Amino acid sequence: MWTYITRNILQRIITLLIVSIVAHSVIHLAPGEPSQVDPSNPRMKPSDIENIRAAFHLDDPLHVQYVYWMRDLFTGELKSFKDNQPVLPKIWQRFLNSLPLLICATLIIWSLSFPTGIHAAMRRGSAYDRTTTFTAYALISIPGFFLSYIMILWVVNTFNVPVIGMKTFGMEDADVAFRLMDRLWHLVIPSLMSAIGGIAVLSRYVRSQMLEVVGQDYVRTARAKGLSEDNVIYRHALQNALLPFVTMFGFLLPALIGGSVIFEQIFAWPGLGRLGYEAILARDFPVILTINFIAAVLTLAGTLISDLLYAVVDPRIRLQ
Amino acid sequence: MNTQQEIIDQLPPPETQFQEFWRILKKDRLAIFGMIVLGLLLTLAIASKFTTEWVVIFDPSTVRLPDKFLPPMSESSTDLVPSEDHPVFGIYLFGTDELGRDVFARMLQGSFVSLSIGFIAVGISVGIGIFLGGLSGYYGNVKLGFISIDTLIMRFTDVMLCFPTFFLILTVVALLPPSIYNIMIVIGVTSWMGTARFVRAEFLSLREQDFVIAAKALGLPEHRIIFRHMVPNAMAPVLVSATIGVASAILTESGLSFLGFGVQPPFATWGNILSDGKGFIFDAPWLFFIPGFAILIVVLAFNLFGEGLREALNPKLRRR
Repeated sequence: MWTYITRNILQRIITLLIVSIVAHSVIHLAPGEPSQVDPSNPRMKPSDIENIRAAFHLDDPLHVQYVYWMRDLFTGELKSFKDNQPVLPKIWQRFLNSLPLLICATLIIWSLSFPTGIHAAMRRGSAYDRTTTFTAYALISIPGFFLSYIMILWVVNTFNVPVIGMKTFGMEDADVAFRLMDRLWHLVIPSLMSAIGGIAVLSRYVRSQMLEVVGQDYVRTARAKGLSEDNVIYRHALQNALLPFVTMFGFLLPALIGGSVIFEQIFAWPGLGRLGYEAILARDFPVILTINFIAAVLTLAGTLISDLLYAVVDPRIRLQ
Repeated sequence: MNTQQEIIDQLPPPETQFQEFWRILKKDRLAIFGMIVLGLLLTLAIASKFTTEWVVIFDPSTVRLPDKFLPPMSESSTDLVPSEDHPVFGIYLFGTDELGRDVFARMLQGSFVSLSIGFIAVGISVGIGIFLGGLSGYYGNVKLGFISIDTLIMRFTDVMLCFPTFFLILTVVALLPPSIYNIMIVIGVTSWMGTARFVRAEFLSLREQDFVIAAKALGLPEHRIIFRHMVPNAMAPVLVSATIGVASAILTESGLSFLGFGVQPPFATWGNILSDGKGFIFDAPWLFFIPGFAILIVVLAFNLFGEGLREALNPKLRRR
């Protein structure tokens, strides 16, 4: 068990190393440099550009730049090209803003897609099944920002509440309960919108997984024993159908982080995705690379945890 | 002897693979709907190439300032616009935008561009996926020094899966000079991982099957075994993921357009018509809703058709 975990962590560290090397080379080899963000600025003299390049180590060979980046990242000295602020605290603060969005979206995805998927599988071919199938496809086919705009228009017109940003401006002196409600209300729509794609995909997956399991012999045996239908479905079938979903945990995370760029931009949410977008606009390489690195760390940690959980819930799998 | 022959003669002629596939697909009404929409769309896209570029019937780039922001189905103001700039039949089917350009003509032009982005991006990703997946499935045991080809390629696939895809695409597209070809290539290069895994799995199981062993025993050259015998048998899951891949490439392009990194002005795509239209959502809602619903319908059609293909091509599902 422990050797398995150690070996797995080692493998993942190697993967992470390669990820960081690939990301670093892609970003540095692509044309477009931090010193060229504002080429039309008349006050920018060639000597300034020289200075900028020297200060950011842009004239050094790639591998040297990579070592500088890694060294600064792990000593916490990494500075943003844009405003010379330390990168890690900057990202940490934005990550804390994104965290409620990620958690809320994940909760919505998992709590909505399971009932829908199970229900659809139990009534295969019924009107309910066909409607949810069609709705799921419609939801993954709609451009996220198109749906969000329609949703914003509808919510603002019907409920007459603001939905943009993390909180309503000027509410600082209000009662704690009011501020809490305000926060929650601002959280609901963005997290629902970023959850939409996940709900559609996961509920379809739950449905097919349930269909797979319901045809198995042990479910027939459970029925033959005379167990009640609820008991058969929720104890015997569902427990086994749940197994593969443990592994889905690790893969939903990068999708949520990648998707957050668009949704945080729409809802003016000062989170990680938006920080990434601003960094891309400013060619702020350390921030871009570090966000990428953190996303990779989260993904790898997620898949590691789900591998371990899989072994815990499925005794047939032995870790070697 | 004869009686056996007679019995065989009385049986219905055996179904070819295609007939069986078609019989199952025909039952799936949603998939047929998707197929019809896609057929219409392809015809439309090819027709649009003729009518907007070679023989200019619908001119997407004529600017008619007196006619700006006309709602759909309105007639052009005959006295203010020179007669050679009039739209066909003198009406704007889908209205006009902020420069008085005919939205119908722009949508027509965009249909070809959007589809070609989808198809070329998917072509690239399927090409890379089949190549790497096939290599690792067929020559997986060959050692390169201390590491086998299979491990090498699969580790690399894992590395690519660690990137938050949309963020990576956005970064690269933002750094590269804006060009429609860069967008196609970047989407293609970042989305081959699923295909590679499918193809590898198929190749691993095909490699052990009798017809491949027979082909080897006959002394056929390896390229013939791979391309004539194995690739066609591994195509089913690739075809399905390619169909769905086109849909997601169109969505990715619209997301990039929303963030301002999509296809740049001389080309109209549905994504950039939609994201230009978002600024006029109150004054000229048709600029927002027409491209939005067009994308929704087309992407939905791709998804439904892809899902129908999956059901019809998958022998495991068929038996149920």
